[in-house]
Formats: sequence, C-alpha cells, structure tokens
Amino acid sequence: METPARNLSGSTCPRLPRGVRLTHNEAQGGWVLLAPERVFKTDAITVEILKRCTGDASLDAIVDDLASTFTAPRERIYADVVNLLASLADKKLLELG
Amino acid sequence: MTTNGASLPAPLGLLAELTHRCPLGCPYCSNPLALDKRDDELDAATWSRVFREAAALGVLQVHLSGGEPAARRDLPEIVKAAREAGLYNNLITSAVGLTSQNLAVLADAGLDHVQISIQDSEEISADHIAGYKGAFGRKRAIAQEVVKLGLPLTINMVVHRANIGRVESMVELALSLGASRVEIAHVQYYGWALKNRAALMPTREQVDQAVHKVATLRTRHHGRIVIDAVVPDYYARFPKPCVGGWGRRSLNVTPAGRVLPCHAAEVIPGLEFWNVREHSLADIWRAAPAFLAFRGTNWMQEPCKSCARRDQDFGGCRCQAFLLTGDARAADPVCHLSPQHALVEQLAAAREDAAYDYRRA
Repeated sequence: METPARNLSGSTCPRLPRGVRLTHNEAQGGWVLLAPERVFKTDAITVEILKRCTGDASLDAIVDDLASTFTAPRERIYADVVNLLASLADKKLLELG
Repeated sequence: MTTNGASLPAPLGLLAELTHRCPLGCPYCSNPLALDKRDDELDAATWSRVFREAAALGVLQVHLSGGEPAARRDLPEIVKAAREAGLYNNLITSAVGLTSQNLAVLADAGLDHVQISIQDSEEISADHIAGYKGAFGRKRAIAQEVVKLGLPLTINMVVHRANIGRVESMVELALSLGASRVEIAHVQYYGWALKNRAALMPTREQVDQAVHKVATLRTRHHGRIVIDAVVPDYYARFPKPCVGGWGRRSLNVTPAGRVLPCHAAEVIPGLEFWNVREHSLADIWRAAPAFLAFRGTNWMQEPCKSCARRDQDFGGCRCQAFLLTGDARAADPVCHLSPQHALVEQLAAAREDAAYDYRRA
C-alpha cells in the first residue's frame, strides 16, 4: 500500500500543513496538536519534535539537533522521530516535503 | 449539585450556531423545530467576547455552524475574532451562499478548516434531499475553491435509507474533491430527523453493509483520506457517549445566546438554560442548572447506576432517553440493557416511503 510515510528520507523537510496547529492552553494542561475535528494531547518529546517541523529543517537536521540538545544516541532518536512522523503523516497531520 | 464530586472538567469544543437561517431544507436538520429568529441573533462583538471566555475556559476548537453561517454578512469578523481568541476555527457550511471571493476573505481572516455537507454522491438525489435545485453543483465548485486556497477540507455526508448504498461513491467523491477527511454520518434522530424518521430509517441489512464498507474503504484509502463515521445508534447494542458526557467536553451556543450542553437539549422539559447576554461562559459552564442536571453520574438510575460502562458511555443520550421513553434520567433505550430497548427495535422497523417534511423556518 502506498502511503505518504513511504516518502520519508533524511532530506525530507516535514511541516505541519495548514489546518494543523500546535497550541499551548493553560486550562488543558499544556501543549496540544489541533487538527480538523481532532485534538491530540502531546508529550514533551512530541512537542520538541513538532516544534522543529517547520518545513525548513530536514529530517537529518532535526535528528542531529535533538541528539545534541538531549545528548541521546542518534540512532534511537532517528527511529523515534521516523515513527512519529510516519504515523502523523498517515493521519494527515504532517506534510513530508 | 448533582456532580459526582469530581473536579470541574475543562471543555474542549464550542459549537457556535451563528444563525438558524439556511437556504437548504434537509429533512434531518439538527436545528430545533422552533428556530431562532434573525432579530434575536447575537452580534459579532458578543461572539468575540464568548470566544475569549471560551478559550480561557480551555476550549480549543470552535465550530462555526448554523443554519448556514455564510448567511451572516459579518462572518469574516466572527472568524477573525475566533482566531484572535486563539481558537482553532472550523467552518461548518452547506457551501450555498459562499463564493470564491468571500471564501478568500474568510481564509485571510484566519479560517483553519472547512467542512462542507453534500447530501449524496448523485446530483439529482443530492438536490432532492437538500430541497434545493443546483445545490450539488455549487457545493462541488466551492469545495474545489477551498482546496485551491490551501485550506483543509472535510466532506460531510449524512447517510440514510435513500443514499446509504452509495457510501463507496461518497468517499470517491470526497477524494476527487481533494478532501483530507470525510465523515459518513448516519442520521441521528432528533428535531427534523425525528419528524422524518420513518422516511429516513435504513434497514439493519443496509446499515451492516455500510459499516462493513466503511471498514474496507478505510484500509483501501489509508494515508490518503481520513474516514470518520457517526454510528447508526438505533441498531447499536450500546449507546453513543453523547457529546462525550453531559457538561464534560463541549458546549453549544444558540443564535440567540442560550448555552446548551448539546444542540438538542432544549427538547428536555424543565431544564433552565442561561444566556451569554446575562452570564459569563465560565459561570454558565460551572453553575447553570442545565449543565448541572446530568453532569457526572449521580443523576443515574438503574441499569446505568451500577453499569461497568457508566463512565464510558455516560448512559447514552439524555435527549434520546427523554424523546423515546419520556424520562430524561432513563438509560438511553438504544442500549440493549435498557428495559425499554424493544421500543427502539419497533421504531427502527417502522419504515415508510413518505415524502420528506423539509426543514423550514
């Protein structure tokens, strides 16, 4: 089955499409991802990844940045980020440019 | 207080019924039989205050609905106010009354998402159901404009006996229009739909086929389009968790400013609704008698009271319980555990090919 997530590579520059927004709301206890008819509570790691999905940074650059910011092994971060991005793209919450 | 002692939840969604005016006459319209009049509609400044109060309460998304919201000339101002309040704004429209020009103005004002209803995948049937000749063509044209502007599009398809066999072509239509999401919404029987129930009700066989078809289509189109379904509850074993629980996740403001726990709540006699003209949204959410009436679980009677699913489906829908049993505290009779469940089976079987009683002012 061909899905958008298949197009994911190190040079992909992911971005939130129009209609998907990361928002902070005090009464809801933090960061949430807003999409058509849907609201996703996000954990701290997801927020750090999504904040970097600007359309300018490549997947490789995002992983490098996270690995140095959080001094964590690059391979593990790479796997986590790819899993998250692929699952968001399948739900139409992310564009893989 | 009739809450169960739990802390007050923060609502997530606000349904803003900007007007009850609408050019279409769909026989399953979710508006009440007694429609609010144009002269009583809240002005844009009041909506703007309501949006700011909603955001402070925790509301994340506002659904700008109606009637047809485009019937309001000040819609761009209202969209802008919602955006400035920090809310995600979703326009729920019939598309009749929208043009490519005013759509562009709305996009600039900060619209996040557009949902367009289409009554069928076949033109003649679609226009017949909407009671408006030419509606189908205009909806298609506006849907394409939405996509051209780069706005995400949902196509909402309400299904019932006359069109339920075309679920597959409905999803194909949504895909061809560039929608990222399609709703296959089985009619819920309140207001106008309740009036037209015998003409709208599908057979169990039709419903089973449609549910199966939706599951197949979800797999086939995975990653291309999101397919959401509103379940046909007369044929369900358990009731729907109506509005995610009474006074728990969402609120509804009518064109004239009354705040309801759900859009149909005014059918329940004896409930006292407060108006945004007289109270802040926070006070209404916390203390309006209509919100306290069925919040939590203390109001429940058997079989809900001791049911393992009581915090999952909240006893189902209070309006449906009242409309079908005469008691708003009863279990939603859609539930197979309800002592009145046989009634739902009888009502589902009472199908009749009568002409639609179209919604009208």
